[in-house]
Amino acid sequence: MIGDLLGTPLFGIGLTLLCYALAQLLYRRTGSIFFNPVPVTIVTIIGLLTALRISYADYAVGGKYILFLLGPSVVALGFPLYTRRKDILVRKAPILIGILAGALTSILSASGLAWLLGGSRDVVLSLAPKSVTTPIAISIVEKIGGIAPLTAALVVLTGCIGAMCGPEFCRLIGIKDPAAMGLAVGTAAHGIGTARMLEVNRLGGAIAGLAIGLNGLITSFILPLLFLLFR
Amino acid sequence: MVRGFAILLVLQFLGEIISTGLNLPIPGNVLGMGLLMLALGLKLVRTEWVEDAVELLLSHLALFFVPAGVGVMVYFDLLAAEWLPIMVSTVLSTFVVMAVTGWVAKLLEKRVAPHDR
Repeated sequence: MIGDLLGTPLFGIGLTLLCYALAQLLYRRTGSIFFNPVPVTIVTIIGLLTALRISYADYAVGGKYILFLLGPSVVALGFPLYTRRKDILVRKAPILIGILAGALTSILSASGLAWLLGGSRDVVLSLAPKSVTTPIAISIVEKIGGIAPLTAALVVLTGCIGAMCGPEFCRLIGIKDPAAMGLAVGTAAHGIGTARMLEVNRLGGAIAGLAIGLNGLITSFILPLLFLLFR
Repeated sequence: MVRGFAILLVLQFLGEIISTGLNLPIPGNVLGMGLLMLALGLKLVRTEWVEDAVELLLSHLALFFVPAGVGVMVYFDLLAAEWLPIMVSTVLSTFVVMAVTGWVAKLLEKRVAPHDR
């Protein structure tokens, strides 16, 4: 009886919304960045599914409807970019050069550190596009030859790190201007970081959204070229 | 609200057609983001047509990443096999990228828009 319900969208959607609502409550009550609702919800759901021996496939029957909304949300990021275009155009040089520097740093530091620590070739390649939004990261990895599912996991992990402590880390190292902060968090932590930036500051969130697209664009051109050099 | 969602989905659809049609590395939704800016700029779409739908989606953006994150559970073995280089590189690199991007932007912004702060 209950087993039949697991195969319906009701289960995945209901579980996700319930866990997320509780995680938001926890986040508001504690005010602690370590209780960011995204990682808390992900960990809770993985824990529940594992404990109850429910497969990811059963969860995904409903989960895919929530994932679907990511598509129009990325389109929607064009709206704050348009309404804040004057603030963005006046900063076009810092934005473009900042993202270019961030994209290069991301590729070199992610794969370089993994290589120094003895990571296998597969892991080094899979880490290289980890700051890029999931669909772009996957198409890059398929081109350079890493493990696409591993990259997808690392992209989410990276996003959670940026969302949890990005704005706090930026303030700590003297990046207090909301535009520069949004650029840093969006370039390093794509959509999950952008979601957090939208809570912190609207202009910062709009610029973080721009960084998702531009970092994806730049990385998808640079990364295959860089790996040709190191081959 | 419904009109706004319809516009966003049509733009995403156009983005997907361009992305697959021209075999671009950029996904359709990111192209759709550009198309929305273009449509707003050319006054083909008015801001008030889409702003409700945009507000609803963007204020819940974080939620939509949850299912992809739960998908990590399928690849636990892969992550566990080389956890040290993976974790150290992911965490450190994320902070390094934020620092470099933020500092470069801050440095250049001082010259470009000092009146703006």
